[in-house]
Amino acid sequence: MSKLLDRRLIFVTGKGGVGKSTVAIALGLLAVRRGMRTIVAELASQDRVQRTFEQDGEPFKEVELAPDLFAISIDPQHAMEEYLRIKTGAVGHLLASSRLFHAFAMATPGMRELLSIGKVWELAQLERQTRGAAPYDLVVVDAPATGHGVGILRTPRTFADIAMVGPIARQGRKIATTIADPEFTGVIAVTTPEEMPVNETLTLRDALAQEQLPLDAVIVNACYPRRFDDGALPKLDDALRRTESPLARAALRAALSEHARTAAQREQLARLSDGLELDPAELPFLFAEQLGLAELGLLADALEAELA
Amino acid sequence: MSIAELLDGKRVCVCGGSGGVGKTTTSAAIALGMAARGAKVAVVTIDPARRLANALGLEELQNDPRRVEPERLAATGLEVEGELWAMMLDPKRTFDELIERIAPDAARAEEIKANRVYRELSTAVSGSQEFTAVAKLYDLNREGEFDLLVLDTPPSRNALDFLDAPGRLTSFLEGGALKAFMRPTGLGMRVLGRGAAPVLAGLRRVTGIDLLADLSTFFQLLGDMTEDFSRRAAQVETMLHASTTAFVLVTSAQPGRIDEAIWFRRTLEQGGLPFAGVVVNLVHHDMLGDREPEDLAAALGSELGPELAELVARNFDDYHLLARRDERNIARLATELDSRPLLLVPHFDDDVHDIAGLMQVHRYLFATQAERGRMIADVVA
Repeated sequence: MSKLLDRRLIFVTGKGGVGKSTVAIALGLLAVRRGMRTIVAELASQDRVQRTFEQDGEPFKEVELAPDLFAISIDPQHAMEEYLRIKTGAVGHLLASSRLFHAFAMATPGMRELLSIGKVWELAQLERQTRGAAPYDLVVVDAPATGHGVGILRTPRTFADIAMVGPIARQGRKIATTIADPEFTGVIAVTTPEEMPVNETLTLRDALAQEQLPLDAVIVNACYPRRFDDGALPKLDDALRRTESPLARAALRAALSEHARTAAQREQLARLSDGLELDPAELPFLFAEQLGLAELGLLADALEAELA
Repeated sequence: MSIAELLDGKRVCVCGGSGGVGKTTTSAAIALGMAARGAKVAVVTIDPARRLANALGLEELQNDPRRVEPERLAATGLEVEGELWAMMLDPKRTFDELIERIAPDAARAEEIKANRVYRELSTAVSGSQEFTAVAKLYDLNREGEFDLLVLDTPPSRNALDFLDAPGRLTSFLEGGALKAFMRPTGLGMRVLGRGAAPVLAGLRRVTGIDLLADLSTFFQLLGDMTEDFSRRAAQVETMLHASTTAFVLVTSAQPGRIDEAIWFRRTLEQGGLPFAGVVVNLVHHDMLGDREPEDLAAALGSELGPELAELVARNFDDYHLLARRDERNIARLATELDSRPLLLVPHFDDDVHDIAGLMQVHRYLFATQAERGRMIADVVA
């Protein structure tokens, strides 16, 4: 873990619904505990739902969630305007205000991804290009779901190859080099111990290998506590048969369910470890109404212990 | 209300929802159930779990639905009066076929398929799955061979991606403002007026000339085909808005997912799209009811020993917390839905990515309200 947090840029990816954002923030919390100024960057307008429900603060700006823990939602359009202003002087200003240019740029295949990752790269620079912005020790990227997640890592190189000359090609090459540098950039896959997410994690590992990018850690989220071992099973069954109390019956049924679900999770975990040839880190399932700061803190504790 | 009533008279059922909520299994269960009731149904899916794919005989990516052999369906124990067809969409091939169909001749189609911008567009770009899924749905619907088409929308973080992505790609293909840049002597330039020249120059500087050349070639190759894309896009919109189409949202009862479901429904209705109802999977049903959570550990202690009894009690507390959470969230969704159907499917103990899982989901979806109530009562009694 200490090695992981030595990087400046960590991409957190995984299948939709496995708790990628939660793990990204927990990782950010852990980094802050170690005295690092950290930002968690969410890519694309994928948080539209959350924005709609809890619209607070200015969108697409760096916001301080807790001391030294920042968050930003990166929007390609906004990133492009910023980039043009910083990079290209008078021409940039002209382009930034041109609706036609926006239409062109936003419709160009891969441009949205390139702009998003360009902003991530900017956040991770010691000398920030955003005026008056302080540098971060760590940027944690809450990346899109795995399929697109690899795409977004590949985009800078694709662009460098396609465009060949001009600022975008130069920028693309620079970003591609940064991403390919294992000292600078790390990639984490988040999964749950279920069939589909495990499949996707194994596919992701192969896809990353193809891009010559390593998968630095795999984090299995939402693992049930192993409360009931196989030895307890006959006792629970017996008790269920004998008990007269409906309440006891419900509780025993819940215990048997838990045992079955845990067993199914174990099976998937084993499949994952075999496929990866390494032991993934496990985070507990949290029995909670909502995931608040307290729960995220628990996950940060668990991450620390697991990845120590 | 059962899903069968919901889909009565429908020709297209779009199952939307974000990842990890059992969308594929739900889509397959809907298709199976409707086939069992005598319809000829095709389910179009993107990335089914391997066991489910195998169970349906979907060994490879395909571009057309294949019939799931009746022998395979025998394993479900259902008497299937109609026909179940299934396909696992190959986005790249679907895109290629579309180009082949629309291109004026084979040579042009080949040129387009070899173009770098096209290759990027048809594979790497986010949105190509959504675009091709809708394109396939449209073609199957037009051909009219099926009574009902069930689309399992591509996995995404956000259920709404499915609604936006095809439009983004279409507007790129249509060219619109872009074509004006590409052919500075054409009508576009006149319309754009004098401001366009410096923008064009700036564009070259920022993007690099080769990208521009590629794009220019791409649009020249597309030529009049862009009109076909526009026409198709309009027809796809008509299909999605038709009263014979039903959008079914698949979700789970977690707070974030419920927020998303609420937002999804609002967006559908604002867009005039026919929203039919919500399937909530993975529900933890309340097993405590109005009983007092008396001292369980003590009650079970004599039977199980104090340690195990304590674990059972703690486990029950945890489960109950999830049940209460789900209940509250579902109530919130129900208020929002007004009287729109809300079908609950419990959180099963075993993995649902196979025929047995399919059947479990199927039983709940196709039960009447009363039957579903009895099944849940059985589970929690």
